Amino acid sequence: MATTKHTIVALVEDKPGVLNRMASLFRRRGFNIESIAVGHSEIPNFSRMTIVVGGPSAMVEQVRKQLDKLVPTAKVSDITGDEMVARELALIKVKANSTTRSEIMQIVDIFRANIVDVAVDSLTVEATGDEDKIDSLLSLLRSFGIKEISRTGRIALTRGSLSPLEVEPESPRTRSKSKKTTRELPEGS
Amino acid sequence: MKMTGAQIILDGLVKEGVDVIFGILGGAILPLYDTMPQFPQLRHILVRHEQGAAHAADGYARVTGKVGVCMATSGPGATNLVTGIANAYLDSAPIVAITGQVPRSLIGTDGFQEADITGITLPITKHNYLVRDTGSLARIIKEAFYLARTGRPGPVHIDVPRDVFQEQVEYHYPTKLDLPSYKPTLQGHPAQIKKAVKLINESKQPVIIAGHGVIISQAYDELRKLAETAQIPVVTTLLGISCFPESHVLSFGMLGMHGMAYANMAVNTSDLIIAIGMRFDDRATGKVSTFAPHARVIHIDIDPAEIGKNVRVDVPIVGDVKTVLSALNKQISSTEHVEWFEQLEDWRKEHPSTNIRESESVLPQYVVRQIYEATRGEATIITGVGQNQMWAAQHYWYDRPNTLISSGGLGTMGFGLPASVGVKVGRPDDTVWLIDGDGSFQMTIQELGTIAQERLSIKMAIMNNGYLGMVRQWQELFFDKRYVATPLSGPDYVKVGEAYGIPGARVNRKIDVIPGIEKAMEEPGPYLIDFAIEPEENVYPMVPSGASLGEMLEEPKKEEAIWPRRSTP
Repeated sequence: MATTKHTIVALVEDKPGVLNRMASLFRRRGFNIESIAVGHSEIPNFSRMTIVVGGPSAMVEQVRKQLDKLVPTAKVSDITGDEMVARELALIKVKANSTTRSEIMQIVDIFRANIVDVAVDSLTVEATGDEDKIDSLLSLLRSFGIKEISRTGRIALTRGSLSPLEVEPESPRTRSKSKKTTRELPEGS
Repeated sequence: MKMTGAQIILDGLVKEGVDVIFGILGGAILPLYDTMPQFPQLRHILVRHEQGAAHAADGYARVTGKVGVCMATSGPGATNLVTGIANAYLDSAPIVAITGQVPRSLIGTDGFQEADITGITLPITKHNYLVRDTGSLARIIKEAFYLARTGRPGPVHIDVPRDVFQEQVEYHYPTKLDLPSYKPTLQGHPAQIKKAVKLINESKQPVIIAGHGVIISQAYDELRKLAETAQIPVVTTLLGISCFPESHVLSFGMLGMHGMAYANMAVNTSDLIIAIGMRFDDRATGKVSTFAPHARVIHIDIDPAEIGKNVRVDVPIVGDVKTVLSALNKQISSTEHVEWFEQLEDWRKEHPSTNIRESESVLPQYVVRQIYEATRGEATIITGVGQNQMWAAQHYWYDRPNTLISSGGLGTMGFGLPASVGVKVGRPDDTVWLIDGDGSFQMTIQELGTIAQERLSIKMAIMNNGYLGMVRQWQELFFDKRYVATPLSGPDYVKVGEAYGIPGARVNRKIDVIPGIEKAMEEPGPYLIDFAIEPEENVYPMVPSGASLGEMLEEPKKEEAIWPRRSTP
């Protein structure tokens, strides 16, 4: 089966062990999680996760259902095929000296990135964008010498006013889960 | 009111309707056990190995429909529960396992008898908890029982540090649950039900495959109504056996690897599969890509993750089986499928699958059939795993609902003896027979001690062929008879029983089978029979692993039919 890259978003209760439960379902099937980003969501006590994982679509769908079944998960959606805004944040520490510093700053400007720390022999660049943009920036900076990189992995929202974690689609395939979300989530959902 | 953690747990159990606990104590859980005398309504049954506690709770849960409870201490006590918990998980049995843990201050230090047991049970439980705050105990107990028994039932594990048992906190048993993300779907989607009705009404060769979900949901009447109204033959999975009376004219037995030939042929030919509370396990479907090649599939299951997992589905209906079938029955029209049934009956005649050949020796099929006769088909049967399990499934006919208790998904050898403890405790008035193999029996033989101590009237039939028989059968058929590590010696089981104070007999000759079973039935307490069966007897029919249901091996034909199928009610 062909492996494709999937972006899965999940709304989960903010409790210890939730990440472990979710990761375990990927591990069991030998999927490598490319990135996972977790943070507070719009609902109190619920976190939003964005998971990027490669795997055969049918198996990823199976994992999505299993994730959805976990007691602390409110809703899990695979938004791979949806129109979305996807971003990640990267912090890049580049070697710099008096001769290269201005050239680096020009590149940073072109990418609408920011310099957030300056030292005698390095610059730290903060960049946001999709993976392609970060990758291009990195490839340009590499010739100066990169000391450290820290990337957050992808976070994503679908375009438009609907949320994949809230809507009640017509499709019976997703009926049970969406019902769960709309009925069960506390105020604000 | 202030209560200790131990009191909170036991009071919670009482409030959840628990009356029996299976377990073994130890250092970490000692404070909980020490509190038990304050709750005399809770009966504790001491098992001999923690695996037995989990299996007993599992067996108890399956026959009572209540949540079974097992307990163990930290470390090795808890890890010994693991097989039993995994078994309950794969067979959707509602149990709550409570383990002791080292005190909170020692967690993570490799303290004496410490194991990260919640880490271990995470993938084999529906949910699990490590209690860090005594104030959360009451809520956790309530949630655990609710999670275990609702939706698709399953095991829930609660790990409780020793000092939590002893700490006093303010206690109120919660009246409400706070599980914002857990809401099983019970009602089937009306549009999907409509589609299903249309397919059923149009079908010429429909087959119902009924599974364990029918039993869990107690949808016996609804299933029967659907089958009778629309005239649809019913085949069952292993764990679906006894969800539909097997002597019913519409019953076509078990399907799958050792299913009835005619059941597999029906599925193979069918134009519509109505799968109810089953999950298309590979032992039931054979090769998935050629499963029911001509059929459209309606799949009714409470677990959305089962839909489309193994087999493509045309009409998925997520919901509780009983609720969905009731809705379906309101719209189904009465039909007949005369040609289809003529075909099915021909197959049943040509491939009887349950005939027993004449033989001088003690045939296991004959033993099972005689137990059937002696109990008039009304016993509750528990099996081990392997050939004994398949013979018990094939040659006993289950008309009473929920009377076959077996380890299906995990295939846990050693399940039978401890499970029969739970079954007998749950159904004290039933005749309870364990049909086990000598291999399976030896895996949990120590539970004879539990049976003796509790004086549980369990009748035990050991199908003793001196082999790990099912594996030997595979070696014979697919590994050129290289019997590597399958010949198996055993103790003198009658003497072992005697040592525990359990009477019994060895049966070597066919003529002693019936008197032996009768003796067992007359005995008021437990009784053990060691049947010296034909050592190299095989289970037929058989669909080789990885083959299609259409590619069955049937028993080589040299027998004559001495046990014609019973007429229908």
